[in-house]
Amino acid sequence: MEGDGSESLKARSQRLDSELLARRKVEPGEGGNREAAKGYALAVKLSSEFIAGVIVGALLGYVFDRFLGTSPWGLIVFLILGFCAGVLNILRSTGAVAQSNPAGWSRTSGRGDDDRK
Amino acid sequence: MANDPIHQFQITRLVPIEIGGLDLSFTNSSLFMVATVAAAAGFLFLTTANRGLIPSRLQSVSEMSYEFVAAMLRDGAGSQGMRFFPMVFSLFMFVLVANLIGMFPYFFTITSHLIVTFALAMLVVGTVVVYGFWKHGLHFLNLFVPSGVPGILMPLVVMIEVISFLSRPISLSVRLFANMLAGHITLKVFAGFVVSLGSMGALGIGGAILPLAMTVALTGLEFLVAFLQAYVFAVLTCMYLNDALHPGH
Repeated sequence: MEGDGSESLKARSQRLDSELLARRKVEPGEGGNREAAKGYALAVKLSSEFIAGVIVGALLGYVFDRFLGTSPWGLIVFLILGFCAGVLNILRSTGAVAQSNPAGWSRTSGRGDDDRK
Repeated sequence: MANDPIHQFQITRLVPIEIGGLDLSFTNSSLFMVATVAAAAGFLFLTTANRGLIPSRLQSVSEMSYEFVAAMLRDGAGSQGMRFFPMVFSLFMFVLVANLIGMFPYFFTITSHLIVTFALAMLVVGTVVVYGFWKHGLHFLNLFVPSGVPGILMPLVVMIEVISFLSRPISLSVRLFANMLAGHITLKVFAGFVVSLGSMGALGIGGAILPLAMTVALTGLEFLVAFLQAYVFAVLTCMYLNDALHPGH
């Protein structure tokens, strides 16, 4: 009696699994839409990271030139540095490069809590 | 004019005020900022006014938003970060409510103006810099000096790190602003198609169904974006505050 009950439970959960799997396969449209939304969010995120780096570089270069009269070299150098910073920002935000770990600070010093991830 | 997708972002003076040559008028933007603060504060206050051990539906919405932000901050900046909870929670609620209020037709979206989001981002980065220097002194500058870099490359790397740090408020503000601006313009353009196609006779009305369906779908997407951007703003705030708390990371 009891074995019969658990048998049917197992059968039912298997049927549920297979039905869920089938339903997931049936709805590629919705999944694709969500993928598109995610991709759009990622695109805005990464482009803003990159553009911000270039803008700050250009701005710094412009101010540098303005006060030291080294036009156009400050703009050129800082634009290239800003480009590098933009690439670094992108790599950081995608997790391809770890956050910087400054000299003189061990990985755990100055961090009083261990509940961070 | 009705089809101009930019018209919705225009600032109009409601109460002109000018002090010492500065234009300090109370604009529609100011009005909706006040409305945002009033809506967020009023909602939280009213839903928790007669709080019970077993929360009512609205009370549990308030509690969920509290717990959501608290968990986010604890994950992002550790338990020491909880001292910034009032700021992060206020920022999150402000951005979220401002985005959601902007979803009403004819309402003004304050987060679709770069200066508003930039001011919010500067508040965050300003807090990071001030708190970082106050807590760690000059050690805070170690944030810009990665370990294990050869001496020759050090000036270059430090320069890039500094620019990368300075670009944070810009990327933070541009992201929120661009999302809201682009979303509202897209909505308006597709809704404009409905009107212009609808005025072209029977065939046009039939064709107008397509942009109408698109508008409905985009409205749903915009609600998602409104929430997502408030979330992203708060998460990045937590990450940056983490730098102020632990510049060693």
